Amino acid sequence: MAVEHPLAPPGEESRIHNIGYRGYDGPRLGRAYIRRALYSQSLRGAYGLGRSAKSKVLPMLLFVVMCVPALIMVAVAVATKMKDLPVDYTRYALIMQAVISLFVAAQAPQSVSRDLRFKTVPLYFSRPLETSDYVRAKYAAMASAVFLLTAVPLLVLYVGALLAKLDFADQTKGFAQGLVSVALLSLLFAGIGLVIAAVTPRRGFGIAAVIAVFVITYGAVSTLQAIAGVQDSDSVGLWFGLFSPVTLISGVQTAFLGASNSFPEIEGPTAAQGVVFLLVTLGLIAGSYGLLIRRYRKAAL
Amino acid sequence: MADLTTVEDVTVIATESLSKRYPRVTALDRLSVDIGPGVTGLVGANGAGKSTLIKILLGLSPATEGRAEVLGLDVATRGAAIREQVGYMPEHDCLPPDVSATELVVHMARMSGLPPTAARERTADTLRHVGLYEERYRPIGGYSTGMKQRVKLAQALVHDPKLVFLDEPTNGLDPVGRDEMLGLIRRVYTDFGISVLVTSHLLGELERTCDHVVVVDGGTLLRSSSTTDFTRTTTTLAVEVTDSDTHPDGTRALHEALDARGVQVHDGSALPGAGRVLLLTAAGEETYDLVRDAVADLGLGLVRMEQRRHQIAEVFKDEEHTAGSAEAAGTQGKEAVGHGG
Repeated sequence: MAVEHPLAPPGEESRIHNIGYRGYDGPRLGRAYIRRALYSQSLRGAYGLGRSAKSKVLPMLLFVVMCVPALIMVAVAVATKMKDLPVDYTRYALIMQAVISLFVAAQAPQSVSRDLRFKTVPLYFSRPLETSDYVRAKYAAMASAVFLLTAVPLLVLYVGALLAKLDFADQTKGFAQGLVSVALLSLLFAGIGLVIAAVTPRRGFGIAAVIAVFVITYGAVSTLQAIAGVQDSDSVGLWFGLFSPVTLISGVQTAFLGASNSFPEIEGPTAAQGVVFLLVTLGLIAGSYGLLIRRYRKAAL
Repeated sequence: MADLTTVEDVTVIATESLSKRYPRVTALDRLSVDIGPGVTGLVGANGAGKSTLIKILLGLSPATEGRAEVLGLDVATRGAAIREQVGYMPEHDCLPPDVSATELVVHMARMSGLPPTAARERTADTLRHVGLYEERYRPIGGYSTGMKQRVKLAQALVHDPKLVFLDEPTNGLDPVGRDEMLGLIRRVYTDFGISVLVTSHLLGELERTCDHVVVVDGGTLLRSSSTTDFTRTTTTLAVEVTDSDTHPDGTRALHEALDARGVQVHDGSALPGAGRVLLLTAAGEETYDLVRDAVADLGLGLVRMEQRRHQIAEVFKDEEHTAGSAEAAGTQGKEAVGHGG
C-alpha cells in the first residue's frame, strides 16, 4: 500500500491516524431501548431541544402563550379571593385550541416529514427496529408534546386553586377530568397531525394542511351548529360535532367529564349520544395509527 | 451454516433459488449464490435486481420463493437479528441537511441499539476512519457529494457490523473521489475486518477493490468468481500517438510497425475516439518498451499509453450470455475511456 491513509489531509491531523480500527464489544440494546431513544429524541425535538436555536422559538413561544392566561387567572383568583376559578379545567384547552392547532401544525411535519422528505427512513428500517416501533415512538412523542402543552396550564390552574384555598375535592375532581380530556385531545390531535404531515412531505404544505383541517373544520362545524340551533333542529346540529376534532373532544367531555356544554345554540350530547362521540374519537386515533403504519410500510426502503 | 464459531470459514451470504416477482416484473429469478467473507462486488446494469436482493437480505422484503441466509440467519424469520449485525448504505441521498454529521451518526448509532456514551465514542471513531474531521460539526447541507457519501458510509459502520451492504457508493463521485471511496471500501475489510457487499453497474471499478465479483442480469446469476479469475487474462494497453509530416496517419503507421514486431494490435474502433486509439495485448513489461521504441523510431509523439480497465467486461463479452451483458460491457468501455482523460 503506497499511501496508508489516502483520505487523510496533510498536516497536524496525521498524528491521530495511527490509531487503528477498534471494534465494538459492548451491549447492543434491543428494540425497547431503540423505541425509547427515538421517543425521547422526538419529544425533545418537538420543543426544539437538541436542535438549532431557531427551532426552539416557536414551540417555546406557544408553550408560554398557553400558560400565561392560566397564570393570570390564578393571580386574579388568589388576589380577589374568588370562590371558583374563572374557567373550568375542561374548558381551558377549548379556549386555547388555536394555539394547540398551531403547535401541532408546526411540530408534526418537523417530526415526520423530514425523515420522509430527505429519505432518511431507510436508515431507520435497515436497523433492528420495525415499522411499528418507529410509528409508536413518533406518535407517543407527538402526543406527549401536546399533552405537556395542554396539561401544564391545567397544573398551573390547579396549584393556583389550592393556593387560593378553593375546595380541595372539587378542584381535584375537575383537574382529573381536565387531564383525561386533554390526554384524549393530545392523542387525537397528534394522530391527525402526524397522518397529514406524513402524506405531505413538503414541510410548508404540511403546516398549511394541518392548520386547514383543524381550523376550517372547527369553523364550519360551529357555523353549521349555530344555524341548526337557530332553526331548532338541535339533533342535526349535534351530529355535525362529529366532523371536527375540537367539537369531538368537546362532545365527549360534555357527556362524560362534567364539562359545561360548549356547542353554540344547541344542547350538548347526552351520555348515550356521547358514546358515539367517544367511539368516533377512539376510531380516529386508531385509524391514524393504522394509516401511519401503512405509510411507513410503503416508505420502508 | 453448521458452524458459526469460525467466522472465517462461514458463508456470509447464501441464497438458494431466490426469486422476487412483482405483478409485472421479475426482479430476481432463481438466484443461487454463496458469498464468503471479504469484499464482494455485485455487478449488474440498472434494474438487474441488485437493490431488490439487498432489500431481501436485510429482511425487509419477503422473497416470492427460495430462501436466503445472512451470517447464518434466515432472512425470512430473523430480520431484526440480521439488521443488528449488518450495515446498509443506500444508493440515494438520505441525509437531512440541517443536522451535523456527528448528530446524525450518533442518533443512528443509538437506533442500532448502542448506549448513549458508546454511540458518541463510536461516532467519533467512525467519522475519523472515513475521513471526516472538523467539518463533522457543520450541517450536512453544506457538504460536497464525496463528504456526504462518507457520512452515509459512517452511519452504516458506526455499530461495528459484521457485514455492510453498500449500494452504488461511487455514484455521483468524480474520478478522484471514486478512487478514494474504493480505497476506503477496501480498508473496511482489510483494516476493520468488516465484510462488504458493494453494488455497481460498472464492472471495471470493482476489479481492484473486490476479492470476488457476482454478476447479475435480469435477476439471474451470470457469473460468480474471484477477481483473480476474471483478470487472469493479459492486460490490454491503450496507445494514442500524434501524426507527423512523414506519417500523416500516425496511428496506422504505429499499427503496422507493431504488427511487424509481433505485437497483437486491435483498433479501438468499438470505442469513442475510434481511429485514434490502438489497443494491444501486453505480454509483459517488454511490450511497453516495444511500443516506446516503435513510437520513437517513427518520430511520433506519444499522447498516452495506459492500462485499460475493462478486462472483466471482455470476459463477459466473450460469453455473450444475453444482450444485457454486452450492454454492460459497452457501458464499461465508455467508462474506461472516461477514466483515461
